[in-house]
Amino acid sequence: MYKDIVLPRVLEQVVNCKDELAQYYLMDCIIQVFPDDYHLQTLETLLGACPQLQPTVDIKTVMSQLMERLSNYASLSPEVMPEFLQVEAFTKLSSAIVRVIEAQPDMPLVGAISLHVSLLTFTLRVHPDRLDYVDQVLGACVKKLSGKGKVEESKATKQIVALLSAPLEKYNDVMTALKLTNYPKVLEHLDYATNKVMAGVIIQSIMKNTTCISTADKVEALFELIKGLIKDITGAPSVDELDEEDFKEEQNLVARLVHMLVNEDQEEMFKIITTVRKHFLQGGPRRLSFTVPPLVFSALKLVRALQTQEGEGEEGPVTPKKIFQFLHQTVEALATVPAPELALRLYLQCAEAANDCDIEPVAYEFFTQAFILYEEEIADSKAQVTAIHLIIGTLQRITVFGVENRDTLTHKATGYSAKLLKKQDQCKAVYVCSHLFWVEDEGGVKDGERVLLCLKRAIRIANAAQQMANVTRGNSGPATLFVEILNKYLYFFEKGNPQITSNLIRDLIELIATEMQSENASQDPSVDAFFASTLRYIQFQKQKGGALGEKYDAIQA
Amino acid sequence: MVLVLALGDLHIPHRAPDLPTKFKSMLVPGKIQHIISPGNLCIKEVYDYLKSLCPDLHVTRGEYDEDPRYPETKTLTIGQFKLGLCHGHQRQLDVDILITGHTHQFKAYKHEGGVVINPGSATGAYSSITYEVNPSFVLMDIDGLRVVVYVYELIDGEVKVDKIDFKKSPTSQ
Repeated sequence: MYKDIVLPRVLEQVVNCKDELAQYYLMDCIIQVFPDDYHLQTLETLLGACPQLQPTVDIKTVMSQLMERLSNYASLSPEVMPEFLQVEAFTKLSSAIVRVIEAQPDMPLVGAISLHVSLLTFTLRVHPDRLDYVDQVLGACVKKLSGKGKVEESKATKQIVALLSAPLEKYNDVMTALKLTNYPKVLEHLDYATNKVMAGVIIQSIMKNTTCISTADKVEALFELIKGLIKDITGAPSVDELDEEDFKEEQNLVARLVHMLVNEDQEEMFKIITTVRKHFLQGGPRRLSFTVPPLVFSALKLVRALQTQEGEGEEGPVTPKKIFQFLHQTVEALATVPAPELALRLYLQCAEAANDCDIEPVAYEFFTQAFILYEEEIADSKAQVTAIHLIIGTLQRITVFGVENRDTLTHKATGYSAKLLKKQDQCKAVYVCSHLFWVEDEGGVKDGERVLLCLKRAIRIANAAQQMANVTRGNSGPATLFVEILNKYLYFFEKGNPQITSNLIRDLIELIATEMQSENASQDPSVDAFFASTLRYIQFQKQKGGALGEKYDAIQA
Repeated sequence: MVLVLALGDLHIPHRAPDLPTKFKSMLVPGKIQHIISPGNLCIKEVYDYLKSLCPDLHVTRGEYDEDPRYPETKTLTIGQFKLGLCHGHQRQLDVDILITGHTHQFKAYKHEGGVVINPGSATGAYSSITYEVNPSFVLMDIDGLRVVVYVYELIDGEVKVDKIDFKKSPTSQ
């Protein structure tokens, strides 16, 4: 009775009264008063009245309320779902919205979009499995927005962002959003700044749900969505105009995203990193220092996965060698930034990975690149110190080099160590080089003489440093360097280097003691403590007894 | 009872996207009195996050840290213990507890009258030195002359806890 008699009559009255306040109030009443299953059955009729109302009526609020009531109805009583489908609720609402928008040509954009937002909310609550419905709603928006270019008005923009965020929040899986063909089209209509904000929202959603993007195709689709962050878009403000902090934040977000682009299948993984690199290389020099490192480590992880897998070796479509080529080209791109210190670190990581794969020429090549950067690009003295220590530390762990290659590189390392600007830095680097000539692992080089040569050279430099300090400052500075070298002596003594004799150690101890007591010495309690703890250590070892104790016994302190 | 959190080698965002979710839910602000990190955070966001857990944060520099102002080494006294912090390894710090990093592998052992602790990598970040890195961090409970070292490791998705006791001899230098 309601459907056939009551409602049509009431609606006729509502439409005919032509009073906007009354119309709004009455429609609201109808919706609130009558039960939801009535509304479902009379949907067509009810919605039919909407376009006929006065254009100034806030119809979107009315319709939103209706949709919200129906959504609640559906979620509270899931058994009515078939009814929704049977009356084609979605389709009716969808076409009603279009008709209403057509009937009110003066409706501002924000109004039209918010209607679609309401419908989307309805769809996500009532028909979450119907991605085609969701896509349809987005499609209707695209139609509405077509020809409008980038939306400038902030209220409308907010509605578009709400529209795009809703599927992300509902599905917790960006992959679902990627399936919506109209999603990127809606995104296009956001102004550049908001577009990037939305891209950030998308990435945050991935990070929060630890979603893995597992194929190169999906990566392409995703990067298309977030392209505002990846590269400069024509027409967008140039990278240089951006606020430094904001830029860093968004690039670090992109960097973190890289770790979510993974697949255990190595062939697919290689396709993924190739795709990622293709996009990152379009990002320009300012972005590369953020985006290249995570990509490099992703590739290094792939190398390791290949390594630990037996049998594939050089036959498969993806080989360590191929990835090292990829890595070489990728790190090379940092030259355009330029970022030599970062590139040096990455080359060293690659060298070590090549070492672990037993590929000597590749490891050597990476060291060559690292040294070239050191020689040509790293001029700052502090940076040089850190860099040379990194090179020495890495080189020490390399086992794959034959004698010639090893000699060339260790020679360069010790040479550069002695050429650092400050004498203290020279001394330290040179004595650290001693470790290049004594490798603990089986079959590792154990060249006792060259170890001693390094340490003696370090002592000479330390002496020179003291003399210089005497002249320039009037005191010879702390004996720290000597104590450090003494500790190196003890290290190699324990490891069994025959060139480091107990006499040498005793002599050095005496030297230090004399130095520290001399009038020129500057008093430094930390050096005293260091020396004291070293002597204590020697005593400690003597008392321990055993083979080591005997050795230490020989040292007369 | 003083709680000191030691964690390092996170390498965010170069080698890891974030701390493991299970770790994050355990690290709650206000419960810890000090945080010490041997470095390689690497970005300011990580520093800020750690600072939000506890304002007394000490960091030393790792090779990949973005901020060049972190010192190479640091010493601090907590209760009866002198703690030393550095990225490599040094005898000259003359401390009771030395916290170091770099290898991404958890280690805790007695050494020359003191204790050396490497909290490993809190994110399980790639390391050229160690394969198969499990995310780990260390929580120290300093109580008088005793320190209990709790190590939390994320193995196959589950957090496993182990503890080691160290006592400092009262006749300390």
